[in-house]
Amino acid sequence: MAYSDKVVDHYNNPRNVGSLDKKDPNVGTGLVGAPECGDVMKLQMKVNPDTRVIEEARFKTFGCGSAIASSSLATEWVKGKTVEEALAIKNTDIVRELSLPPVKIHCSVLAEDAIKAALGDWKKKQGEAEAKPAESATSAH
Amino acid sequence: MAIKLPVYFDNHATTQVDPRVVDAMLPYFTDKFGNAASRNHEFGWKAEEAVENARGQIAKLINATPKEIVFTSGATESTNLAIKGVAEMYREKGNHIITQVTEHKATLDTCKRLEKYGYEVTYLPVEKDGRISLDDLRRAITPKTILISIMYANNEIGVLQPIAEIGKIAKEKGVFFHVDAVQAVGKIPVDVQREGIDLMSISGHKIYGPKGVGALYVRRKNPRVQLAAIIDGGGHERGMRSGTLNVPGIVGLGKACELCQNEMAAEAEKKSRLRDRLKESIMSRLDETYINGSTTHRLPNNINISFAYVEGESLLMGINDVAVSSGSACTSATLEPSYVLKALGVGEDLAHTSIRFGLGRFNTQEEVDYVADRVVETVSRLRELSPLYEMAKEGVDISKMKWVAASDSH
Repeated sequence: MAYSDKVVDHYNNPRNVGSLDKKDPNVGTGLVGAPECGDVMKLQMKVNPDTRVIEEARFKTFGCGSAIASSSLATEWVKGKTVEEALAIKNTDIVRELSLPPVKIHCSVLAEDAIKAALGDWKKKQGEAEAKPAESATSAH
Repeated sequence: MAIKLPVYFDNHATTQVDPRVVDAMLPYFTDKFGNAASRNHEFGWKAEEAVENARGQIAKLINATPKEIVFTSGATESTNLAIKGVAEMYREKGNHIITQVTEHKATLDTCKRLEKYGYEVTYLPVEKDGRISLDDLRRAITPKTILISIMYANNEIGVLQPIAEIGKIAKEKGVFFHVDAVQAVGKIPVDVQREGIDLMSISGHKIYGPKGVGALYVRRKNPRVQLAAIIDGGGHERGMRSGTLNVPGIVGLGKACELCQNEMAAEAEKKSRLRDRLKESIMSRLDETYINGSTTHRLPNNINISFAYVEGESLLMGINDVAVSSGSACTSATLEPSYVLKALGVGEDLAHTSIRFGLGRFNTQEEVDYVADRVVETVSRLRELSPLYEMAKEGVDISKMKWVAASDSH
């Protein structure tokens, strides 16, 4: 299977790998996927509660190269965006940027889910009720 | 010492043709290009002589007689011919076939097709070590059973089935015994007499011969096995397999068998030493690595390891100058993890993390050391990236977590 140059680049030089303190009230954590499916993404974002700007983002991913690249790209994209702007990121944007083939589209879906789950968690911590983390990750495997 | 990259450790998939095999084949493309079925001129005689010589070389390797060797286009065809040929020929006697779950698809899909035509197939389970239980086999045999088809060595995990014991049971019960010996022939001693094998599939390209040629051993006495042909035509190969013989391929297969016969013992010793070195070098430096399948009943050139918390395809991507295979779903067309590992009871999470290393005739110790270093380095790097590894280190029991899959996947 041939990977696009961008996927290879993110795989070889993943951006923003690591973890943030999940107990921090300004940190939202999203954990999506399942080990049995071969993909698990953990995405964390630190959001400034006053400006609603995402100041930091970190990820860790168990999955194929495309899954790693999708989550690495997601951290790059959300940084500096507001919560609302980040929530507008679509999996198709990731597919386009990384030139993912059809069999790898689920990797981009997982990355979108991870963004929504992390920001859902943050909103919940902030006492905003309208988004629950469970909302983004719908069906159990 | 410089090694040539990429390193090839995928010798269960195919092998490099031995240069000595190529040399033996070449004249049969040009000077000696005759049709082995041409009975009235020298071109035909020379081709026929070469084919008969190859038949002898193959027969000798497996302790058969030359007349018991039928040439085919490869082991998939051999297996189709063996199973479908017996099924049709002995339909009056019964309609029940026994096989097992970790067989190659050539066997499983052939059996599935026969089920559509009214045959009944028992798929025996395997134990954790990848071997069938002989008691299960005995219990599965009915008066309607006409064939037992069990592989010699598995192509993913290299596990050897108890062939001689199965052969004995088959004889006792008067049931034919077909063996897919693609991974075993030429690698370890295989003896159709000692092991009570009635039909056996052999492939050229797994034993340093060419692709597109294989053979089926068909027992001629005690008992004599008759087959209904699946390819009809000019009546070649005593009517069992019509079609002009692939003379250069057959010469290559014969030569490959002769080389295996002469070199197998030394080669097996070398490969098993290299395999053990690879295993030790990797497993002593990484925690939570697991060998899939029996470590005692195993081909000398195979090791299949699961690297917990690291997905197989991403590992392959990291060691892209090493050719190996993974049981990960992402590397298969079906997006399902290996059915072989699943049958062993390996969890899907660990099946996704498995890598098959298949050593071959041309591998060296330098290559083993290089591959081991690359694997250790890449697994370590990917574990730093793995949320599962982090959670495991924090003491979270991943198997007890409630996971939610991606919105549209599966």
